[in-house]
Amino acid sequence: MIQVKNLTKSYGKLKVLEDIHFEIEKGGIYAILGPNGSGKTTFLKILLGMVIPGSGEIHYNGEDILKSHEYRKHIGYLPQIARFPDNLTVKEIIHMIADVREIDSLPEPLIALFGLDSFLDKKLGTLSGGTRQKVNIVLTFMFDSPVIVLDEPTAGLDPVSLIKLKSLINEEKEKGKIILITSHIMSLVEELADEVFFLLEGSIYFQGTIDALRRKTAASNLEHAIAKILEP
Amino acid sequence: MIKIFKYSFSDLMRSRWSFIYLAFYLVLGFVLLFLNNDLSKAVITLMNVIVVLTPMIGTIFGIMYFYNSREFTELLLAQPVRRSTIFLGQYLGISISLTLSLVLGLGIPFLAYGLFQSGEIANFLLLLISGAFLTFIFVALSICIALFNSNKIKGFGYAILMWLFFAVIYDGIILLSMMIFQDYPLDNFALVASFLNPIDLSRILVLLKLDISALLGYTGALFQRFFGTSLGLSVSLGLMLLWVIMPGVLMVRKSSKNDF
Repeated sequence: MIQVKNLTKSYGKLKVLEDIHFEIEKGGIYAILGPNGSGKTTFLKILLGMVIPGSGEIHYNGEDILKSHEYRKHIGYLPQIARFPDNLTVKEIIHMIADVREIDSLPEPLIALFGLDSFLDKKLGTLSGGTRQKVNIVLTFMFDSPVIVLDEPTAGLDPVSLIKLKSLINEEKEKGKIILITSHIMSLVEELADEVFFLLEGSIYFQGTIDALRRKTAASNLEHAIAKILEP
Repeated sequence: MIKIFKYSFSDLMRSRWSFIYLAFYLVLGFVLLFLNNDLSKAVITLMNVIVVLTPMIGTIFGIMYFYNSREFTELLLAQPVRRSTIFLGQYLGISISLTLSLVLGLGIPFLAYGLFQSGEIANFLLLLISGAFLTFIFVALSICIALFNSNKIKGFGYAILMWLFFAVIYDGIILLSMMIFQDYPLDNFALVASFLNPIDLSRILVLLKLDISALLGYTGALFQRFFGTSLGLSVSLGLMLLWVIMPGVLMVRKSSKNDF
């Protein structure tokens, strides 16, 4: 499905990604971890076409993603910061994204799940951060995309919504989708992820299951394992 | 592009600033007409306001909108649409909503005053057209500045400086160089210099139409002598169009290579 070949990106003299190389073939939840500035967001942005790589390629279903924007129909994206045009209503933004993507969407069950019915006619500028994040989640999950990219999905969510989001992610996984997730909350990663990519200074330091990472570092849990990598 | 335009336009039309801008022109139009009691004088006064104000508002709105909607633009970039579609759609959204405020804000008082019964209708329309051109030009220029500067403060500073340059500094430089080189023939230089500033161009455009030679100034008089009134009008309109297209092309090209 997704092949990353020799991907390199630098901003000026700063090398953010260096010769990243991996493949994701089967469905599952893949966590991309790493300290601040290790290139996680840059990698996701390249995958989504927001950042243009210095060299290397990403192929989606055998096609180079730089050649066409059509592949993005298959990728759902939950951005880290939920900010929308202030004067549009929740209903309008849902229509807008569905309009732009030109594929079938099913927002109603998600609106009900997150209790957004009463907000549908409210302007986005008046919503709280947590409510905006819920709108953000609806916009991502209302399409049946085979790949879903979640960048810090839990930001600003209350515990009830967090539980709903987790079950939503698991449901999508059951459908055989590829879910890429970045998070600083290790308990969340431990709970959800099937496989971990650990980025360190722009390269993949470790790739494998959480168990393998724990064994490699002889740590009791993921948080300690990562702490051991960063401060040996 | 139409879809992106539709939503950014309806977002902007409901923003408080659009209403304030509209209200300003409404007040200005009514005050000028009912205090002056003279349509043609009001058109000249308005021209002086429009050639300075529309570029400023276009610049500030353009740069503010771009920086404010950055995260949303990122979300749009992750959708299956071309980058040029997104930026052109947003550009049209800003420019057309500002132009609508201008047209409604001045149109309503002038219609109420009885514009259709006077011979000033063509002059008034040309005034609105040049205001629209200036809005499109300066919104495009400010979006270009924002695309080249990811730092908000820097981008904002450059945008204001750009406006100040075209509105004030440019004329000063031209005047100064004409004084220094007064022993040389300067007609061609002055003519070309006026091509390079959209604010000067729009002033010449309106004054040529109004046919008031006393207000034309040096470059305007040159324009009239060189092209004649009617050709002068088409030339200045054509140059204004070029001024819209150039930053538009730059915007599309830069946005296709940018990292967000």
